[in-house]
Amino acid sequence: MPTRHIVILGNGISGITCARQLRKLEDQVRITVISGESKYFFSRTALMYVSMGHMKFEHTQPYENWFWEKNRIELIHQWVKEVKFKEKTLIFSSGEKLPYDQLVIATGSKPNKFGWPGQDLNGVQGLYSKQDLELFEENTSVNVSHAVIVGGGLIGIEMAEMLAYKKIPVTFLVREKGFWDNVLPREESELVGRHIREHHIHLMMETELKEIISDEKGRVKAVITSKNEEISCQFVGLTAGVSPNVDFLRGTELAVGRGVKVNEFFQTNLPDVFAIGDCAEFEKAPAPDRRPIEQVWYTGRMHGETLAYTLCGKQTAYNPGIWFNSAKFLDIEYQTYGTVPPIWDEEKVQNFYWEHSGGKVSFRMLMDAQGKILGVNNFGFRLRHEFFDQAIQEKWTVERVIAGLKKANFDPEFFAPYYLEIQQAFKKKFGGDFQPEKKSWIQKILGAKV
Amino acid sequence: MRLLEKIGLVLFLLGMGVFIAIPFLGSYTLDRDLVVSNTKEIHQEKMGEILSPMYGKEYTSNFSFLSDFRSNFNSYNDQLKSQQLWDQVIWDDYGFALAKAAASTPVRENPWLWLGLSIGLAVIGGFLYNFKKYEGEPAGIKNNGIFHSKLKNRGWLGMVTGGFLILFYILLYWFPAYLVNLVWMVEPISKMLSGGSASQWFLYGLVYTMAILVMGIRMFRKYRGNKYQQLRTASVMFFQTAFAFLIPEILVLLNQPYFDFKNIWPLDYDFFYDYQIDTFLSGGGVGMFMLIWGILLIIVGVPVFTYFFGKRWYCSWVCGCGGLAETVGDPFRQLSDKSLKAWKYERWIIHSVLVLAVVMTALTIANYFSGFSLLGNVTNQLHSFYGFAIGSAFAGVVGTGFYPFMGNRVWCRFGCPLAAYLGIVQRFKSRFRITTNGGQCISCGNCSTYCEMGIDVRAYAQRGQNIVRSSCVGCGVCSAVCPRGVLKLENGPEENRIQELPIIIGNNSIKINA
Repeated sequence: MPTRHIVILGNGISGITCARQLRKLEDQVRITVISGESKYFFSRTALMYVSMGHMKFEHTQPYENWFWEKNRIELIHQWVKEVKFKEKTLIFSSGEKLPYDQLVIATGSKPNKFGWPGQDLNGVQGLYSKQDLELFEENTSVNVSHAVIVGGGLIGIEMAEMLAYKKIPVTFLVREKGFWDNVLPREESELVGRHIREHHIHLMMETELKEIISDEKGRVKAVITSKNEEISCQFVGLTAGVSPNVDFLRGTELAVGRGVKVNEFFQTNLPDVFAIGDCAEFEKAPAPDRRPIEQVWYTGRMHGETLAYTLCGKQTAYNPGIWFNSAKFLDIEYQTYGTVPPIWDEEKVQNFYWEHSGGKVSFRMLMDAQGKILGVNNFGFRLRHEFFDQAIQEKWTVERVIAGLKKANFDPEFFAPYYLEIQQAFKKKFGGDFQPEKKSWIQKILGAKV
Repeated sequence: MRLLEKIGLVLFLLGMGVFIAIPFLGSYTLDRDLVVSNTKEIHQEKMGEILSPMYGKEYTSNFSFLSDFRSNFNSYNDQLKSQQLWDQVIWDDYGFALAKAAASTPVRENPWLWLGLSIGLAVIGGFLYNFKKYEGEPAGIKNNGIFHSKLKNRGWLGMVTGGFLILFYILLYWFPAYLVNLVWMVEPISKMLSGGSASQWFLYGLVYTMAILVMGIRMFRKYRGNKYQQLRTASVMFFQTAFAFLIPEILVLLNQPYFDFKNIWPLDYDFFYDYQIDTFLSGGGVGMFMLIWGILLIIVGVPVFTYFFGKRWYCSWVCGCGGLAETVGDPFRQLSDKSLKAWKYERWIIHSVLVLAVVMTALTIANYFSGFSLLGNVTNQLHSFYGFAIGSAFAGVVGTGFYPFMGNRVWCRFGCPLAAYLGIVQRFKSRFRITTNGGQCISCGNCSTYCEMGIDVRAYAQRGQNIVRSSCVGCGVCSAVCPRGVLKLENGPEENRIQELPIIIGNNSIKINA
């Protein structure tokens, strides 16, 4: 007999990780995962690849369909309309009900819409869910000769790439001065901007959306920018960030701010109700360099695995480690470890930046006044997570980091050893008691040139 | 599509069209002299008699010629079989040799012209189609539209391509007599290289090599900016051209045994057959060297290289089957089955083939050293069974013909006994692994989708677990297609190579084994 029934609302990375860990920790608990979006867990980050024909939708599902039954994780493919917290019951849009003992809310995000006139016209959409992808295919299947994307972030660039695959010219409206420059320092932002233009995507910086204009059939025909320029288009992508998908919970006993309010144990104001992932809003940011709402794949996973412990009676506070993230801008990969804000206090933070002459590979390292590493950004080549997790946690001197950079390199064999140039550049700027590496004979004969 | 690509495609299709049309050309006329000069001495008289009804007749197609040949020949044999006169039955198949000799075709008269019009056009077309592909685009992953393709996602073009390949292999292995025109076409090249007459195997070797070269150029373009892919492609192109194609022919020219120095038992399943051993032993110093070299590769080369580099040193850098899979087969790599079930089948099938190859070889050697007193000619039947079922049907028809249906490594994954041997070393005693980059995996599935061996790479990557799998051929494509820089093929210390309980880093709340 199951000891109790835990219902997880949402089958994204947070909810599914929580369900899997729960099952590992406890054999007897009954676990139900609900999603109206899709029956089986899939990787949201891969939706773009389905659109571009790199994969089929099934390929984005990390577990085979038998996995859930084998692990006794019940799946319900329905939308939840309402939660009766007092009765501990969920009500589906079909009218059916499901009682729970403990509820985990993991409903993720929805695309931001800032009240732009025309934001709900046909041909205007965000990109977050499986349904969004289906809508995208529908919206771009007919006579789209131009598209506008609003908001320069990671989803925006994905959408631009998807449109480019369909050979639809794109104009990209970006509010900021540089691409994603609320996250990236100036040089990196410029590097990405250059690469976007190299792909023939028209970037309009410091330009916002003012209005979306409809044709007579209620479909978008143009946008007007904050500079009062009219751009004719048949598709508008709204990618100015996402916000917690919690509207159906507003007006209930549950405390909801921008997201569901939680403490460090993911507990809400109601007993036996928890929230994790994109939809949770911490009362207090989990760490000095973190925000109260964490909307990243990796944090969602960590929320899920941490909460599973609490649910199994091992009360565990969320204590994230060294920050890391990654993304890919068209062909350029990006990774970051530790804290690298877009701007910093020059008095307290020292900066080392190296960029390859080709303009597509770069490395930045920030250090405190004592020369201890704070974080790195790398573009166009790969660095080892384990190395930087340790270096930043143990507060290595940057000299030690740079001297060991060969070990940190994660590029495939025979790739250009950029760490050689980085070491030389660092030595030139900061000195330091280490010898830059030399090319091995194999690198000399077979390796790619830096 | 650019103009150059269009021209290339048209030329390629023209060349293929001519190649397909060539077997239907010309006429066939047989006489006693041809029969005598193309049959073994013991059969000359009998064959000359059996086929006498055909003499002087002009057959307008190889179909009518071969059908007449078979009815004459079979009625003779059937009669003997019904009388149980087994020792008088003629077991040799002279169909190919006689059809080739009897052919009177424009191809035989003008081999260079037809070679140019078929293989030549196809090669030039393929080259033009590929050599400037993606020009003007930044280097990067070029997988756009693969699952929207009629060819690469089991659409009608894939079915047609697979059907064509299967038919070609069936003709090549069991009905080569229908291909004599094509063989005549490559006769002058064979004469130039080895001084000998061309067989269907020479034709196959030439086509195979050309296919690897042209599609190798495609790989250079597709994986521009990826030095690992470039080098490995150059390597298979080199080993196919030099070791598999040219050197064996040149050895024959120099009166040495035909030998492919990179082919290793048990993939090279006839290495220990009695006639091979006899060839080596009668081949003087060179023959002896070949025998020792072959044995050293098996007992030293495979374990040592695989210990240091993983089985990739062979499977995706040297091997001919691997070379074809990695070039011609690359467009189909995403069609491999990633299910757990497929993995189970894979392990049973491939290790069964390995056991079969080992047992067969052991019996063959034992029989050889006992002067055939042990089993007599039973080993011959074993050889012909293995040659038919594994060497031809599995490795050829299924192995290549099924590219557009089951991906480009069907043979390597399910059938190759050498891959099984290399895999056992790689799994249990090697420094090779694919390292995953901490917690960076986003479970997108590109790695698993493009794994030609059907390994569910993501299952490991999302757990932060090293990938140590006997089947991994180290093609490096999972690492190439990963959008987050998670996978790296590495040779490193054996310690902690296999992680039973990996830990994803980044979460200090708990240290869990994902």
